[in-house]
Amino acid sequence: MIENILRALADPALVAIVSLTFRVTGSALLVAIAMGVPIGALAGLTRFPGRRLVTLVLYTGMGLPPVVVGLVVYMLLSRSGPFGSLEWLFTPSAMVAAQTIIAFPLVAALTMSAVDGVDPDLRLQVRALGATRWQTGWTVLREARIGVTAAIVAAFGGIISEVGAVMLVGGNIEGHTRVLTTAIVLSTRQGDFALAMALGLVLLLLALGANAALLQLQGRSR
Amino acid sequence: MSASRVLVGLSILGIAAAAHALSADGGTARAATQASVLRLATTTSTVDTGLLAAILPEFQSQCGCRVDVLAVGTGQAIELGRRGDVDVLLVHAPEQEAVFVAEGHAARRDDVMYNDFVIVGPAGDPAGVAQASTAKEAFRRVAAAAAPFASRGDKSGTHTKELAIWRSAGVFPGGAGAPGAAWYLSVGQGMGETLTFANERRAYTLTDRATWVSMQARLRDLRQIFGGASSPANPDRDLRNQYGVIPVDPARHPGVNGPLALRFADWLVSKPTQRRIAEFGRDAAGHSLFYPDSDDYKSTGAVRVR
Repeated sequence: MIENILRALADPALVAIVSLTFRVTGSALLVAIAMGVPIGALAGLTRFPGRRLVTLVLYTGMGLPPVVVGLVVYMLLSRSGPFGSLEWLFTPSAMVAAQTIIAFPLVAALTMSAVDGVDPDLRLQVRALGATRWQTGWTVLREARIGVTAAIVAAFGGIISEVGAVMLVGGNIEGHTRVLTTAIVLSTRQGDFALAMALGLVLLLLALGANAALLQLQGRSR
Repeated sequence: MSASRVLVGLSILGIAAAAHALSADGGTARAATQASVLRLATTTSTVDTGLLAAILPEFQSQCGCRVDVLAVGTGQAIELGRRGDVDVLLVHAPEQEAVFVAEGHAARRDDVMYNDFVIVGPAGDPAGVAQASTAKEAFRRVAAAAAPFASRGDKSGTHTKELAIWRSAGVFPGGAGAPGAAWYLSVGQGMGETLTFANERRAYTLTDRATWVSMQARLRDLRQIFGGASSPANPDRDLRNQYGVIPVDPARHPGVNGPLALRFADWLVSKPTQRRIAEFGRDAAGHSLFYPDSDDYKSTGAVRVR
């Protein structure tokens, strides 16, 4: 088993695969955070008509099967589809787009629920002290930061481990759209289970490292 | 400035940043290298055997381009071609290919190479397939013995051939109400996975010789039961596995890289490449894994007519 891990680590293609994995998942996560935290916070802080429907849609979005997202994104980006002229299909851009769609509901819904769970008295207190609505919102968000971090961690875990979407819209092209999960599927398909397991371990270790870093960031802000 | 306005503004910024990042990564990159990327959709066997990895570098250096290989299986490859999402196909399902050309998605299709299919199965050969003299007789024996049979079930070239043999044998497993359907296991996956599955389940299956040879060492419980020692020695001509290259027609799908696709097809059927295909894997296996049979290779210098 150790030799297989060493064989996987020694493969020069592995650097490209790991680098692309982080670039795709990292980009998707950043976009999902940029859109999901503000939208989730807004939805959690304000009462607006249709709030229940929005909540329902976001919660359902958390359970979207990645392969279905991949299929829909493929149909949209195909040359025969509406956005074919973007030429994103079978490039990392399509993979980022698909993973953003998967990650966004997770970030938004969990941020919304974290913000919703903050003691309403806090808002009243802060307003009574003369805070603007912007300052109030920011204070509530900071108070909910553990929940928001959990939202980000959940989204990260969801997209770094998915394979259906990136396989369909990326095509697992060697050197260009191959990430750890699709490489594992390829090794498995070819019957090289030892290499597949080794790649899986690499993926787990990387996820471990990323989550440790995220928790560290959260811990420092306390 | 209200909190909600700020948040909405941030969201819009986020989306704008995303759009910028994504377009810088994909769109302009593709446009800039439009002339130098060829998208090839092919079956898993040309990749899993290592053939493409062995011959493509020569084409890439000749044309100064990059070939993006999508190993997806014949059914999906043809569908990608129908949608104009790839530039050229290299597949092995002549009937499906003919339909593709007839539908107007391609102006030409060329023979490239062939090998053959063999029937593998459990070492004990419970259905007595070794005694069969043709593939369809072998299949009849499997059906008669209700021995487990693993099918690709994925509209691949192999699956298409397998169904044709069942039809010619007069057996139709898997259909609604078909007798003995319980022994017919349609896994819906590629050749490697199907062989691994057959190995686990001690089932018979139809496989292309090249994938079988490249995976043999890992499949301890399977043996080749029918098919002869090499492609020319296969007793049943029905088991011939013909590969074809099909450049997608840019007149029908304006986004495809027509010139590069044609150049690839010409290179693939040219004598030097055909010879390289014949040499691939020959030392290790004792015989070729793919036998070249393009018109160019077979001719003695006659002018090619489209």
